[in-house]
Amino acid sequence: MTSTIVYTIISLSILGAVAAIVLYFVAQRFKVYEDPRIDLVEAELPAANCGGCGYAGCRNLAETLVKSETFEGLYCPVGGNEVMARIAGILGREAIEQEARIAVLRCNGTCEHCPRTNIYNGAHSCTIASALYSGETGCHYGCHGFSDCVLVCSFNALHMDPVTGLPVVDDQKCTACGACVKACPRNLFELRKRWKGDKKIYVACMNEDKGGLAKKNCEVACIGCNKCFKVCPHEAIVMKNNLAFIDSDKCKLCRKCPPECPTHAIIEIGFPARKLKIDEQIAESTVNTKKEE
Amino acid sequence: MLKTFHKGGIHPPENKLSAQKPVQDLPVPRSVAILLSQHMGAPAKALVNKGDDVKTGQLIGQGEGFLSGNIHSSVSGRVAKIEEVQDVSGYRRQAVFIDVTGDEWENNIKRDLVLDKEIRYDNAEILKRIAEAGIVGLGGATFPTHVKLTLPRGKKAECLIINGVECEPYLTSDHALMLEKGEEIMVGIQLLKKALQVNMAYIGIENNKPDAIDHMRRLALAYEGIKVCSLEVKYPQGGEKQLIQAIVGREVPSGGLPVDVGVVAFNVGTVFAVYEALQKNKPLIERIVTITGKGLKNPANFRTRIGTPISVLIEAAGGMPDNAGKVISGGPMMGKALSNTEVPVVKGTSGILILPEEESTRPVIQPCIRCAKCVSVCPMGLEPYLLMPLSQQSLFDRLELEHVMDCIECGSCSYSCPANLPLLDFIRLGKSNIGKIIRTRKK
Repeated sequence: MTSTIVYTIISLSILGAVAAIVLYFVAQRFKVYEDPRIDLVEAELPAANCGGCGYAGCRNLAETLVKSETFEGLYCPVGGNEVMARIAGILGREAIEQEARIAVLRCNGTCEHCPRTNIYNGAHSCTIASALYSGETGCHYGCHGFSDCVLVCSFNALHMDPVTGLPVVDDQKCTACGACVKACPRNLFELRKRWKGDKKIYVACMNEDKGGLAKKNCEVACIGCNKCFKVCPHEAIVMKNNLAFIDSDKCKLCRKCPPECPTHAIIEIGFPARKLKIDEQIAESTVNTKKEE
Repeated sequence: MLKTFHKGGIHPPENKLSAQKPVQDLPVPRSVAILLSQHMGAPAKALVNKGDDVKTGQLIGQGEGFLSGNIHSSVSGRVAKIEEVQDVSGYRRQAVFIDVTGDEWENNIKRDLVLDKEIRYDNAEILKRIAEAGIVGLGGATFPTHVKLTLPRGKKAECLIINGVECEPYLTSDHALMLEKGEEIMVGIQLLKKALQVNMAYIGIENNKPDAIDHMRRLALAYEGIKVCSLEVKYPQGGEKQLIQAIVGREVPSGGLPVDVGVVAFNVGTVFAVYEALQKNKPLIERIVTITGKGLKNPANFRTRIGTPISVLIEAAGGMPDNAGKVISGGPMMGKALSNTEVPVVKGTSGILILPEEESTRPVIQPCIRCAKCVSVCPMGLEPYLLMPLSQQSLFDRLELEHVMDCIECGSCSYSCPANLPLLDFIRLGKSNIGKIIRTRKK
């Protein structure tokens, strides 16, 4: 009985030793050298694997960062300057700073502003609906509201507003990874410069139709009237295809354009309320008194 | 036993409400909007300007590029504007708007109805004249006919197949055309046979149209090398590949063209347009459109000028029914629901179908139960239940390996699914994405 146990232990030990020796030589023979810095860099990255940098996940970016000479074109939008500076420290290179960005939906075609003309009954996907036909409203450029962008957001920064039928960006959670920009079949999302206090001024419209047609289909459409273009002191506004576009890198948030817009297509968010001009104050007060009556 | 294709297929209720109706001429509308892209390729270039006077049959759009086609004015009058109009998809496309005054035709167009059997041209001339007349495939795909007749180098056609199947429920425009213009179609076939230098032509007709089969058989006796094949009623027999398999028993290889198996196929409407272009000098400016639907007072087949708003057709058929839920351009299986009835008729409009409200909503989607009905009905031998999730998850490499590009978008899978899954919607999404990938790969 004891001899069986002894023999078992001995034979298994010999087997184990032989296997260990073989494995050691095999491991030596097929060893793949990997830069230890890749692991360090990867540890710094946010591990969201969102693909916002253009690479297939954080590991892939880390490998590319370690291999490449400079940081040009390599940037983790989710981690931002802070993470990039730390990685630069690890690799002993110079970090390229970029301004923080945020995703903005350039459409304000809510159920109220942009009435439905037909009912879509197909698969619940913006991409499919967009490929199939022009959409439920008269506007062929606006949001379908089938939440393709919400599905692709890895950071939970988007949700659909049931009242407006449009997606809403949560400024605190958005990392500007750009997933929604790629997902939207109508190219409605834009990564804009992030200001302190999440202040924003942008044209919430992508409609390239002529003014009359655009306005007929949506109350708050940009009609391409050029008024904002004329008033902008910083040359930040570009007019193209009957549509105004505010370049967020040139815009200084001077707030001159929003009141000019006749259709209120230019939206300002995060600012204190405007002081009303005297005649407007009077108009406002008369409206209020009428309401009270 | 009747001939048919081997794999899959379904038999939806036929509902051919306008089958016994003769072709009526729709009065020329007061104004038309002629789209500049009524074919597969790039839009044609407008040759007229605002304020120009045009005659019926005048060239107003020059086809530019390989798959493009010429556009002719279908009415006489004055060009009101060149502007965008909503097409079948609802998106806006350039169109020539013409306000109609009178009906003055181009001088060289023969408007008599006398049958002209004489074949005057050699095959190069036939091709040139077909291209000039702006003829495209009238079955619905609107592939330019002259391009189809120009075979790839090294390929030779052995026979011609004429598609008179009309397998879509409700539609009867080809049926009506065969009954009315059978003789002209025969001459058109002779012309196409000459252009392709083939000796044999087969006309495929499903046997739910016995009158058309009899009529065409009788006419075919007088012509050499034309045979009429009676086919079993099965959707999608009107698909090019299915029809070829049904008639000559050959399978077009995956990713290949019908000419790879020695066959070229045309719709009967296209053949009639070829006859008119060559024998009567008449470009493609009108076609037969079926207007049908259960609630409609007066389902009919109208000879309609291209560019006529669909609302005019609906009025002519007795007005929009009260319970209308959906207006579809094309048949119920492959047609497209319209968001607007001011959409103009184009060369590819084979019918307008008005569905009642209760038939026009999709039922609730339930989980797939792996019953494999979609697999058994797929005429291309694909596995739709697998293709849909692959497309949903953007696994395009795998999707391509599953031959999704062979899908002919007949909708048999979605039709037969007991869980009401939007199979075809997602397969189409996958196809369009893979199409993009393939194009970038070629570059």
